[in-house]
Amino acid sequence: MAALHLNEEGFFKLVESEKPVLVDFWADWCGPCKMLAPVIEELAAQYEGKVTVGKVNVDEVPDLAVRYGVMSIPTVILFVKGNEVDRLVGLMDKERFRLMVDAHI
Amino acid sequence: MVYDCLILGGGPAGLSAAVQCGALGLRALLIGNPSGQNPLGRAERVENYLGLPGLTGGELLDAFQRHAAERGVQTVTGRAIAAMAYGDIFALTVGSEVYQGESVILATGVARGRVFPGEARLLGRGVSYCAVCDGMLYRGREVVVVGLAQDAAEEAAFLAGLGCQVTFLAPERPADLSPAIPYKKAQRLEILGEDRVTAVGTEGGQIPCQGVFLLREAVAPAALFPGLALEGGYLRVDRDLATSLPGVYACGDCTGPPLQIAKAVGEGQRAAHSVKNWLERQRNSKK
Repeated sequence: MAALHLNEEGFFKLVESEKPVLVDFWADWCGPCKMLAPVIEELAAQYEGKVTVGKVNVDEVPDLAVRYGVMSIPTVILFVKGNEVDRLVGLMDKERFRLMVDAHI
Repeated sequence: MVYDCLILGGGPAGLSAAVQCGALGLRALLIGNPSGQNPLGRAERVENYLGLPGLTGGELLDAFQRHAAERGVQTVTGRAIAAMAYGDIFALTVGSEVYQGESVILATGVARGRVFPGEARLLGRGVSYCAVCDGMLYRGREVVVVGLAQDAAEEAAFLAGLGCQVTFLAPERPADLSPAIPYKKAQRLEILGEDRVTAVGTEGGQIPCQGVFLLREAVAPAALFPGLALEGGYLRVDRDLATSLPGVYACGDCTGPPLQIAKAVGEGQRAAHSVKNWLERQRNSKK
């Protein structure tokens, strides 16, 4: 399944669910975010059924970025039952994200 | 476009690598700071570069740059702030742009400047190395710019233009800093906050803020490529100038002493040859 593009309502509905949720905070003007996009899609496919992967555009949903202290993008946060359990900031390879997710599922 | 090689650093080692890559038929991109920031440009006299004794560092650097330009070396001016390897490709983030290459040559010189207390812990939680990349997230907020690079005043003006409330900290006030941006002299800094930045501590007291932009002339290579092995504070390389990461080579001062121009130029040339050999091996193994 492809990564889900989330608005505020969709975000809260998703992160409160039982399944862990990986959320990529990004923006159109951010080059590294664009580079990361295919990695995020690969993670969505790899963890299908185990982890839901979503994307939040910080320009469209700035309140979420403020709420979670996203101050540099890309920032990828892993939520388990509504709580942030880990995050990675910046452009990184897929292995780093895989290790973060595997440590919490 | 995916280049054969991304060369990071516009000093003698990087320029030499770029010229040699061109001679070997490799498509290379050289990424470097504005040439005014190159430490060689500040050398009063260079007496030991073979055949050209007595030139100033600036004259020598001009000659190297002219040579590279005549050979059609493609260059981008900017600071690399992040790097990533995915599959067989490396991506280097320069400001808000990303460049891709099949190999990397690090010619970054000696990293100057220390890490401030709180910097690593709060990176991405208020600490940023790039105003152009993250400035939009701080609109309307208080930010501190720590000016350790020559273009820092320009980046401070960019942040102020976005609507950030900027305070500029540096050991000396830069001549090009806008009079509308408050300046404070500071040398000893500490970044404060639990899970996000709340203030910068200086010898003159705390400055409350939500963001700190640390604008250095370069991000240290080991911070760009986590996992790069070091030896005595320099990048560990073998005789082919290969680092501990496949496809990443290094040359010049960043590989260790002697920190001399002749050594940098020689290593730059050798690194280009090593890259050519490595690319051939990689491509043959896929056939």
